[in-house]
Amino acid sequence: MGKQVAMTGNIAVANAMRQINPDVCAAYPITPSTEVMQQFASFVADGKVDTELVTVESEHSAMSAGIGAAAAGGRVMTATSANGLALMWEMLYIASGNRLPIAMMVINRALSAPINIHGDHSDEMGARDAGWIQMYSENGQEAYDNIIQAILIGESEGVLLPAMVGMDGFIISHSIENLELLEDKQVRDFLGEFKPKHPLLNINKPITMGPLDLQDYYSEHKRQQAQAMQKAKAAILKVAKDYKAVSGREYGFFEPYKLEDADIGILTLGSSAGTTRFVVDLMREKGIKVGMIKLRVFRPFPIEELQQALSHLKALAVMDRSDSFGAAGGPVFSEVRSALYDLPARPKTVNYIYGLGGRDLGISPIERVVKDLQEIHQTEKIKELVTHLTVRE
Amino acid sequence: MPKITEVRWHGRGGQGTVTAAKIFAETAMSGGKHVQAFPEYGPERMGAPLRAYNRVSDTPLALHCQVTNPGIVAVVDVTLLGTIDVTEGTPDDAIFVINTPEDPKTMRKNLNLQHGSLFTVDATTISLETLGRPIPNTPMLGALAKVTDVISKDNLIEDTRVNLSKKLSEEMVQKNIEAITRAYEEVKSE
Repeated sequence: MGKQVAMTGNIAVANAMRQINPDVCAAYPITPSTEVMQQFASFVADGKVDTELVTVESEHSAMSAGIGAAAAGGRVMTATSANGLALMWEMLYIASGNRLPIAMMVINRALSAPINIHGDHSDEMGARDAGWIQMYSENGQEAYDNIIQAILIGESEGVLLPAMVGMDGFIISHSIENLELLEDKQVRDFLGEFKPKHPLLNINKPITMGPLDLQDYYSEHKRQQAQAMQKAKAAILKVAKDYKAVSGREYGFFEPYKLEDADIGILTLGSSAGTTRFVVDLMREKGIKVGMIKLRVFRPFPIEELQQALSHLKALAVMDRSDSFGAAGGPVFSEVRSALYDLPARPKTVNYIYGLGGRDLGISPIERVVKDLQEIHQTEKIKELVTHLTVRE
Repeated sequence: MPKITEVRWHGRGGQGTVTAAKIFAETAMSGGKHVQAFPEYGPERMGAPLRAYNRVSDTPLALHCQVTNPGIVAVVDVTLLGTIDVTEGTPDDAIFVINTPEDPKTMRKNLNLQHGSLFTVDATTISLETLGRPIPNTPMLGALAKVTDVISKDNLIEDTRVNLSKKLSEEMVQKNIEAITRAYEEVKSE
């Protein structure tokens, strides 16, 4: 058992990075992720890690430097938020297309404009097609646990993909909570030594990386990338199992709560999961058969597993902390609803867009969602498919 | 449902209010509790009004929303009282701790407060006399240790020492502990 400490999500992640001790870390500061790199830079300056810290002039360069270092054969990490992630866009695809298992912490923040520094998922959700494994964290403990696991998931045989781990800006990144850090040695033993599969620096086996790849092979390479993402599912579960043996903490694609005997359910991800769990307990005391499911892994999207977990529900609310303007609801909703389509019997599914730009999601709006679900359950009718919650009308 | 104690801090930038909420959480954790401490982030300036929050519970804390009905309110800067309703959302049994030289009866009248229990402590004077600077956060913590059952004085002194030693000299740490002890003794009840 590790020691209980009280620290912010950002400092917990910086400590994970210290324990991981990556070969190279290239980063550019942006709120609310700045504190991660600030603390990590102190670790570098104090000689607590062997990491080569590259201070670059933009996030585009941060990811570019990371790609170079990962191609050379290094274990590479970085952290960013919002517009910083957006500026990396082009390079995100190059990292995944070149199959470089970089691990990145994304301190989730709203994209501008209007300018807003607070937490929502528009940054990471916007990168959902970039070929990165994506995980979301409910609190600092999960952010810490997820980023350590992300290293091994991405490096797994047959996967070799970059992975990003989200943590809600300010709500978690700047909140102090008690959590448990592993011992440094536990983390280092868990990760082991990184043996890159095709390092550019192996002069005995010279390779070319990132050459022109036109009609003759591009499709095959993209197909391989899609297959690698599917293989990541097994890797995620294997790494979670090994991590449980070290930490005692259990992870999967998602975490159901009081879902088995539930008629209605709420699916959410990130920090709102805790508040939702609290509301589920309140409603259960009133005899309402409501459950919830916290999605941890968004890429690869666990279609079959979610089908199994949700098929018995009569009504389901999917919570989105970002919008996909002009789409049939938020990104999580679109995928969950699509996953349920082939089920012979499926819950009536509705979407709530909430918490944009850090807008608080308190207890009462979630109670309203439960009330809506009860009505859908009783009437078997959906009044409004997509609802903007926590917003002035 | 598990009992959750919620605290709302009112202060101004530069008075150590966010640090106070942090030490409060660490002290409660030392006492075996599950804790949260989070400031309300906006444009940060010296002297600008700010709020910070704590949650404390015997069981793991799931809530990640704002604190809207705090059972404990700590007012670090009394000049906020004219512009901010520090009693907003407070339950009938709320505890108010206000940094002021006034006595609790006068403050209750000033606030037109009908509920809860009110305590005052002259934390600014205590900090000026011990630290030589108007940073009333540590004496406010001393007062809270006295009037609430969430943190103990012994844990508070130990955690203040650990926390402040990272940034301050041993002499200043000792003076902060003196400030805590004085406030603990001098806090006035109704």
